[in-house]
Amino acid sequence: MDGGFDWSFFVEVLTGGLLSGVMYSLVAIGFVLIYKTSGVLNFAQGSMVLFAALTFVSLLEKGMPFAVALALTLIAMILLGLAIERAVLRPLVNKAPITLFMATLGLAYVIEGSAQLIWGTQVHGLDLGIEDVPLEFSGVLVSTFDLFAAGVAAVMVIALTLFFRYTRVGLAFRAVADDQFAALAVGLRLPHIWATVWAAAGIVALVAGLLWGARLGVQFSLSLIVLKALPVLVLGGFDSIAGAIVGGLIIGATEKLGEVYIGDYFGGGIESWLAYAVALVFLLIKPSGLFGQKLVERV
Amino acid sequence: MGVERGAVAFEHWAYPHDLPLEAEADEGVSLPVDHEAIVAAHAISISFGGVKALSDVDLTVRAGQIHAIIGPNGAGKSSLLNVIGGLYQADHGTVSISGRRFRKVPTQRLARLGVARTFQNLALFKGLSVLDNVVTGRVSAARATFVENIIGLGRARREEESARAAALEIIGFLDLAEVKDRVAGTLPYGIQKRVELARALVSKPRLVLLDEPMAGMTATEKQEMAQFVKATRDSFGTTIILIEHDIGVVMGLSDRVAVLDYGRKIADGSPEEVQKDQAVIDAYLGVAHDGESQQEAA
Amino acid sequence: MTAVTIESRKPFSLPGWAATAAVLGVAYVGVPLLASNYVLEALLIPFLALSLAALGLNVLTGYAGMVSLGSAAFMAVGAYTAYNVALRLPGTPLPLVLAVAGFAAAAIGLLFGLPSLRLRGFYLAVSTLAAQFFVQWALTKFDWFSNGNSSGVIDTPPLSVFGIGFDGTIGRYLFALTVVTVITFLVHRLVISQTGRNFIAIRDNETAARVIGVPVLRTKLLAFGISSFIIGVAGVLWAFAYLRTVEPAGFNLDRSFQILFIIIIGGLASIRGAFFGAALIVVFPLVLSRLGSFLLGGLFDSGVLDMSQRIVLGALIIIFLIAEPDGLVALWDRFRRRVFPGT
Repeated sequence: MDGGFDWSFFVEVLTGGLLSGVMYSLVAIGFVLIYKTSGVLNFAQGSMVLFAALTFVSLLEKGMPFAVALALTLIAMILLGLAIERAVLRPLVNKAPITLFMATLGLAYVIEGSAQLIWGTQVHGLDLGIEDVPLEFSGVLVSTFDLFAAGVAAVMVIALTLFFRYTRVGLAFRAVADDQFAALAVGLRLPHIWATVWAAAGIVALVAGLLWGARLGVQFSLSLIVLKALPVLVLGGFDSIAGAIVGGLIIGATEKLGEVYIGDYFGGGIESWLAYAVALVFLLIKPSGLFGQKLVERV
Repeated sequence: MGVERGAVAFEHWAYPHDLPLEAEADEGVSLPVDHEAIVAAHAISISFGGVKALSDVDLTVRAGQIHAIIGPNGAGKSSLLNVIGGLYQADHGTVSISGRRFRKVPTQRLARLGVARTFQNLALFKGLSVLDNVVTGRVSAARATFVENIIGLGRARREEESARAAALEIIGFLDLAEVKDRVAGTLPYGIQKRVELARALVSKPRLVLLDEPMAGMTATEKQEMAQFVKATRDSFGTTIILIEHDIGVVMGLSDRVAVLDYGRKIADGSPEEVQKDQAVIDAYLGVAHDGESQQEAA
Repeated sequence: MTAVTIESRKPFSLPGWAATAAVLGVAYVGVPLLASNYVLEALLIPFLALSLAALGLNVLTGYAGMVSLGSAAFMAVGAYTAYNVALRLPGTPLPLVLAVAGFAAAAIGLLFGLPSLRLRGFYLAVSTLAAQFFVQWALTKFDWFSNGNSSGVIDTPPLSVFGIGFDGTIGRYLFALTVVTVITFLVHRLVISQTGRNFIAIRDNETAARVIGVPVLRTKLLAFGISSFIIGVAGVLWAFAYLRTVEPAGFNLDRSFQILFIIIIGGLASIRGAFFGAALIVVFPLVLSRLGSFLLGGLFDSGVLDMSQRIVLGALIIIFLIAEPDGLVALWDRFRRRVFPGT
């Protein structure tokens, strides 16, 4: 860079960062769904992504048509959600949130192990039929695949928002998210709602798993995207879908810009912790997150 | 609302409005005050999310008295206590404790100001034994570092011994000796409430704030607790501010009673005065209570 | 968190001391005489190192109630500090090397513990991940830490204390055992003191603790400092006494989880819990592999073993959290009371 700053390159990096941020948001939304209704930070969300992608791609490789494989995986994810509610959440109801968190750590191990025990540990390619040719917008190159992923994320967020706003189940969700005890008191059946939410989180995991799997290949490391989603959640607040989106965009953009512009000063590879550093610095300034509600301490 | 409040609350004590108040007066300002007034809350207002919990409430508590705060649910009793205890910061108004005036009472220095409290919901350290809970109530007197604590000689040992002695004394006083080695979280609710009182008393505070000490208790347990509260004042001269739902208990126990309704103080005086007060009868006695508690009151 | 009392309510009663003395007698005399090199190398030395790490984490998580997912990072800081002190200041006595390693880990622990002053629960747990990734990255990226090795691998020097070599298998075992015994005793002293009560007070009810006069912020940082010191020393044992060749990847997130799992399974807020849990974690893969090949024969290859290990471990965590949140220690105590009533 001799004097002049290459703005179009900057915009290109920024756009790439924002779009990969959308991919983080996709995973983060699964967390938010569960956190809002059951107060659990579900560390197993990443392993659910792996489970979904691995199941889908293995069914595909067994020669099933795309739609059938998708439907079967969908069913599998819903069953998984129901099973988790029954076997893990229900026995732990009324336990401290941090206990539930630790249980989801165990759950992550179980799901990862099972997925690979059933389907094997080799890497699978996944082709969703989207050609990743770069599109050019006034001198800035943008990946088609990233645009597609962003589109899918947008559709999913809109669908979730409509669902929460206009359906009976959605209303029940919001009631539970607001106040579990009150919701219980008016006769909402918590186990039922939790099971639904976990099944929904399973569907979100499937969507994320297909997109991430198409990009990285379907393999164990897919479950590690949970580690990418956590700083997004810290930034956006565990209970806000809007926060998950904006947090994802911020983290995605910061990571790419940081890698390109300051990474060399650190010898590269800083994306393993940069997101956490950003989230932490931000949290120290504003502990309730971007959109998180500040709760009055009740004593 | 000003009339009856002024008449009752400011009988003995005038608030020095004109004294300087430091911005964010964490240090407090020494005031030449009436030595009998240990706590004074002045013109406290606070709201949560737009809902006014307290508007312009005054409270003056004299040393050695048991001063009850009563009122229906949501009247602002706990909010007032939490402002005095520094857990909430009032939007307006100040609190003086032992002659120091605060805009926000510093919670972490409460113990050194000679103030202890109990909580509405149990706030025991569930994993510690009863004795350890009560010993921890003396933590504000502890000076030994963790290294001294590991070695366990000299200052650390003296502190440990004196804390244990003080704790055992209070445990005896509150009749908890039998359960002193039990893990606090495993005890029945009524006993846990008493352990919390012991933990508050062990530091020999000048002022104790009791947030519904008898809530959820059986009639017998309530009477027991009331006797312990009275004995505390009589034996140690502790000033006590007490929130209670059950007006019957309060009348027999308190020297003074303040009545809150919808975040305003509608009366403050001796139990007899308050009982006769028409505003109180309208707002509280007639509406909120029935059956058992009225019989107790009579 | 869980309601566990400090174990040593009667620290000076005979049975407690007798049991401790018996365990130490077996550990110092019986084991070196009887145990094979394999048992020492593959089971007991890693058991000691992991127990110590878990003890350190238990101070922070079990007693003070703050969950950390970065334990392996503090182990790594300890190991690499000890390596560099031994390398660059030759002749430094080993106990001093251990102390410096512990203090270095404590310093990093305090740094990454700073968020605990504002954050609680999940937010804090997530923020400790920052330590995990940052330390692993730094050790891989800057080859100064590994004396120029491009992938961060270090070979540790032989152990010797004041001219006495501890480099044989039994020597390294006794060295680790001594370090673990001393630190365990100090931790025991700590948790029955006011400092230990302050940890539990903050864990059980932070607001009440603050009102009573527990210096909440200082106590939280203290917990981070002490915990990381111990975990750092455990890292030295892991590197110097157990593996002797380590790389940053050996201190990855899985290791952090392993240590957390040890205290969940063994028992939170319990000194013995760290040892019980570590014993199970070290032994169960062996049992599983024997059992697996016995039942399934050739089908049970290393891949299957790996995956079934993950599944069993995860399931154990969930089962313990549901059925026995106080861990193996509580199970053991119940068993003991049934078999030897009156002890």
